[in-house]
Amino acid sequence: MSRRYSIWALARNALSHHENWPKAWRSPEPKPAYDALIIGGGGHGLAAAYYLAKLHGMTNIAVLERGWIGGGNTGRNTTIVRSNYLLDENAHFYEHSLKLWEGLSEDLNYNVMFSQRKVINTCHTLGEREATVRRYNSMRLRGIDAEFLTREDLARLEPAMNLSQDVRYPIVCALAQPRGGTARHDAVAWGFARGADSLGVDIIQNCEVTGIDRDPVSGAVIGVQTTRGAIKAPKIGIAVAGHSSQVAAMAGVRLPIESHLLQAFVSEPVKPFLNTVVSTGAAHFYISQTDKGEVLLGGELDGYNSYSQRGSLPSIEHVIASATEMFPRIGRLRFMRQWAGVMDMTMDGSPIIGKLPVPGLYMSGGWCYGGFKATPGSGWCLAWTIAKDEPHPLNAGHTLERFRTSHMIDEKGAGPFPKAH
Amino acid sequence: MLLIPCPWCGPRDETEFVYGEAAVNRPSDPNSLSNQEWTEHLYFRENPKGEHTERWFHRAGCHRWFSVRRNTVTHVISAAWPPGQEPKP
Repeated sequence: MSRRYSIWALARNALSHHENWPKAWRSPEPKPAYDALIIGGGGHGLAAAYYLAKLHGMTNIAVLERGWIGGGNTGRNTTIVRSNYLLDENAHFYEHSLKLWEGLSEDLNYNVMFSQRKVINTCHTLGEREATVRRYNSMRLRGIDAEFLTREDLARLEPAMNLSQDVRYPIVCALAQPRGGTARHDAVAWGFARGADSLGVDIIQNCEVTGIDRDPVSGAVIGVQTTRGAIKAPKIGIAVAGHSSQVAAMAGVRLPIESHLLQAFVSEPVKPFLNTVVSTGAAHFYISQTDKGEVLLGGELDGYNSYSQRGSLPSIEHVIASATEMFPRIGRLRFMRQWAGVMDMTMDGSPIIGKLPVPGLYMSGGWCYGGFKATPGSGWCLAWTIAKDEPHPLNAGHTLERFRTSHMIDEKGAGPFPKAH
Repeated sequence: MLLIPCPWCGPRDETEFVYGEAAVNRPSDPNSLSNQEWTEHLYFRENPKGEHTERWFHRAGCHRWFSVRRNTVTHVISAAWPPGQEPKP
């Protein structure tokens, strides 16, 4: 079992040349039955297991992961955390998640390197400026921090930014959330895994779920078939991101989700020159500098349905072209790594967290490409929903039913369309 | 980069095209649909991991829509056809 990390543990282990640190979590054999199962050992699934054990006393549970924990989208994102949403349901949910982030390292006894360095959204037209002021006002009315930035503010905050008006997308102004920032993505998965494990949760890796068993009379879930045998459980939570459609289909549930590719890239490490996270809707990219000094860049979807986890070159060219316009000095950097994640894109751009139309089956999915910042909040809400068999007010609007009753949570106002976020 | 076989112009680079959407057949009699059927039509998708039929638009070419069958894991395109002329599998 893991022991508490502290300066004393560091000193004690220094005496043995750091060769005797205990494993951060166990690798148990699956038991034949649990009180609940979480399918998917990414950040969301591990967080759900952690909060189920910690806040709801459900410790006889297991997380089933097809590969290794945090090897999916948790390890394939740009680590941005923010809560600058317009609509009620999303604003309150993401703000709750942001508050969990603020205490997460202490709660988990694991440094997730949460850095509230400010998230800036630049605006490039007067129309966008109006929408930004509206969003700023809606955030402030809900008690969420926000700042309206002029070009002079931007010049002071990000000296490397090209504020010239003689470019394709001249910057007009910007919206900032000072409490937004980044976190270390792997540490989030490892911290939640270690936290859940220490409360008694079994984390079972290399265990692919191949079927969901249901009671022939009531239709309720009774367990799963896996590559490591059958496991019984009366409650099952699905947190599998890009493969939500496939896993839900095992229980006969169809979802309003398409799977698309999103790419990100990192450069070689350089001295610090970016102070915040900068994103732009007009030119389609977001950029930050990691603690190691790498410039981390992401953009928009590749554009067509895919599970390949490989990105295409036109998207890379598009992102780099936009980024070098706003930050010309990155034009001489060399890029080291590129990766693509499979995004579960819903038809209104907002997630589905809640009960599915099969008794005992729950999901947290449809994260579009904003799932990382939601990790603690998603786990927290999924855990509540599984434990109480009803949604918390924070995720009461994020139902699958909303598509049937026309209560869409459509931040873009763009209609049925699987490419919003 | 995909090489997409436009039925009219032949194989061209992906950058000449716009991806439309999954090939969803429009209801033949919209007035007779129930709410449930409208919901299914508007929002719910098969989202297959494998062969996928989709619509593309040749923006930098003939400006025509057509259908493509593409594998969503390997990206291999096995067929492309003009509207209403789907080949027998």
